[in-house]
Amino acid sequence: MSSSVAITVENLSKLYMLKHQTNSSGNGLRHVLQDSLKSPFRKKHTPHQGDKEEFWALRDVSFDIKQGEVVGIIGRNGAGKSTLLKVLSRIIEPSKGRVGINGRIASLLEVGTGFHPELTGRENIFLNGAILGMSRSEIRSKFDEIVAFAEVEKFLDTPVKRYSSGMYVRLAFAVAAHLEPEILVVDEVLAVGDVEFQKKCLGKMQDVVRMGRTILFVSHNLTAIKSLCTTAVYLSSGRNLFQGPVEKALDLYMKNSAHVRHTTDRDKNASMKIWIRSCQPEKMAFTCSETKAIQFTIQAKESCHDVVSAVILVHDQNSVCVAQCDSRWVGLRFGPFHAPGSTHAVLNLSTPWLKPGSYRVTLYLETIHGFCDQLDDACSFEVVGPYPTEFENGESISRRALVLSDFHFVEETNAQ
Amino acid sequence: MTSNTSTNETDFDLWLEAGRTERHYWRDLWRFRELFYVLSWRDISVRYKQTVIGVAWALIRPLLTMLIMTIIFSRVAKLPSEGTAPYALMVFAAMLPWQFFAAGLASAADSLVTNANLISKVYFPRLIVPVAAIVTAFIDFLLSFVIMLAMMAFYQFWPGMRILALPAFVLLAILTALGPGLLLTALTVRYRDFKHVLPFLVQFGIYVSPVGFSTSLIPEQWRLLYSLNPMVGVIDGFRWCLLNGEAPLYMPGFLLSTGVTLFFCVAGVCYFRKTERSFADVI
Repeated sequence: MSSSVAITVENLSKLYMLKHQTNSSGNGLRHVLQDSLKSPFRKKHTPHQGDKEEFWALRDVSFDIKQGEVVGIIGRNGAGKSTLLKVLSRIIEPSKGRVGINGRIASLLEVGTGFHPELTGRENIFLNGAILGMSRSEIRSKFDEIVAFAEVEKFLDTPVKRYSSGMYVRLAFAVAAHLEPEILVVDEVLAVGDVEFQKKCLGKMQDVVRMGRTILFVSHNLTAIKSLCTTAVYLSSGRNLFQGPVEKALDLYMKNSAHVRHTTDRDKNASMKIWIRSCQPEKMAFTCSETKAIQFTIQAKESCHDVVSAVILVHDQNSVCVAQCDSRWVGLRFGPFHAPGSTHAVLNLSTPWLKPGSYRVTLYLETIHGFCDQLDDACSFEVVGPYPTEFENGESISRRALVLSDFHFVEETNAQ
Repeated sequence: MTSNTSTNETDFDLWLEAGRTERHYWRDLWRFRELFYVLSWRDISVRYKQTVIGVAWALIRPLLTMLIMTIIFSRVAKLPSEGTAPYALMVFAAMLPWQFFAAGLASAADSLVTNANLISKVYFPRLIVPVAAIVTAFIDFLLSFVIMLAMMAFYQFWPGMRILALPAFVLLAILTALGPGLLLTALTVRYRDFKHVLPFLVQFGIYVSPVGFSTSLIPEQWRLLYSLNPMVGVIDGFRWCLLNGEAPLYMPGFLLSTGVTLFFCVAGVCYFRKTERSFADVI
């Protein structure tokens, strides 16, 4: 039975010690020397009370993956997905529990790892291939295929620092796509390049799936997960909430309400009178056409006579800003704050309709004196398909736009 | 899908567990040898890209240093050479291992941090990185050696049969750079302070080591103590090989230097292996 299991994960846990900035903590040599001078007889690695905090990036995660299974790993940012992949890729060591692996494993946690800007495209293919674990003869036999896939024939002998970012990413992915391990671990690498190339990558992944390889796949692109994976592991706060059929996992994931991002770590910043305390989408995933609600809280530390305007920017996964919502445009300002306190607000974004993918929100506060506070990546949310109507053909045309719009056609009778 | 079937140790090729990763280390090191070649090759081919005179830099640096040392120590300070050997040759015989040591140590100490993107994204035995960095310095060493031969021809000074022992001393020089290099690179991952220690150490070292002068100038009663500096053994060894017996080898000192080198090597490998597992967590 167990010979068909490719990966077994048993009670896997990964612990990080978070250090809080207090007067004596730090990681510099000075701090170690200082600490050992202050109390030379203390055991070296005893965590100091109060300035260190345990953080379990993974906690008691257990699952088995059969050979040939394509498993999506889903969960919010910080759920432990990347940590899990790093443990499986042997980059970091588990703190507790264990992982058993059967077969040659290759991981692709980043596109173009180790690419050197001064080297030519040709040289980088060999360099990157070796880093990903291919032998030189293996790379040589696939060289032409890689070059054709990346569409960079003309620039093979140009240093990659002169490549456009698109060419760079294509070349990097092309090398990775020709890896042939028994188990492939992939982290979020499909979210690169232009839409056409993403489609090509997805197609390549599907080929790999058809070849019967075992694949572990992390992506925020839920549509890609849905189309590639048969089963999914749903992680939340480092714990394995669910493992099973992909539809069920996605359902569960989307139903789960979003968590608040508190910015309490910034409360200590004395210079700021007014700042953004939290920002969260109403749900983790929206459909294309529904109204996307983003809730945020503005906190005033002391009374402040200035009024504050809020600007929310929505970026897609290629960092293109697709929507800008400035409270001044709709005549809304927050405050003045006559006493310390907070104000809660909701932004309802009804148009444009967003295409499936993940979106990041940046939030600014401004007063008449200018910039007040800014929270990059204040929160993120997903938009999941289907499109209002599924397209059968002509996909490339329908995929050209950045966003979708609400429109209607009126058919006027032909008065002949 | 449920893991209630008790899994046997032998069912899987590889187990990852806290403190367990060691088991296949040396086998993995061999399996990843191709990555080692590729990383060395990358560092070498990148080294002189977008420079006009390219590799010539590897020749100019030791030549100029040798020239200055010779002028200061021989002409200004009027120090004696080893026997009848020309002063410039004596200095250059020491410059060879010294430049290699300094460059090797510097690039090895820096190697993990400059390759942080690899460390945090791909698995391979981390030992490959600093060792590949030392190989880069070794190429410059080979180029400098050509200058040495040219200088010998210029001075009509032939080294004799002792030169056959040179590979052994070259190996010693490699180990001398490797030990502290491993130690420093592993320490730099956690404490970036060591990045600032290193240039100082190297600058200091060229005057503390007998690069510009002969070891025989050190008073007899201090010589053993002086040999605690591992580079003393290496430099004496090089001079013994290259200067045709004009520089006799002071055996107790040489053995002590070699001992210190081996100690650093063992300490370096042990410390590196011990901290390696957490590199990706702290880098």
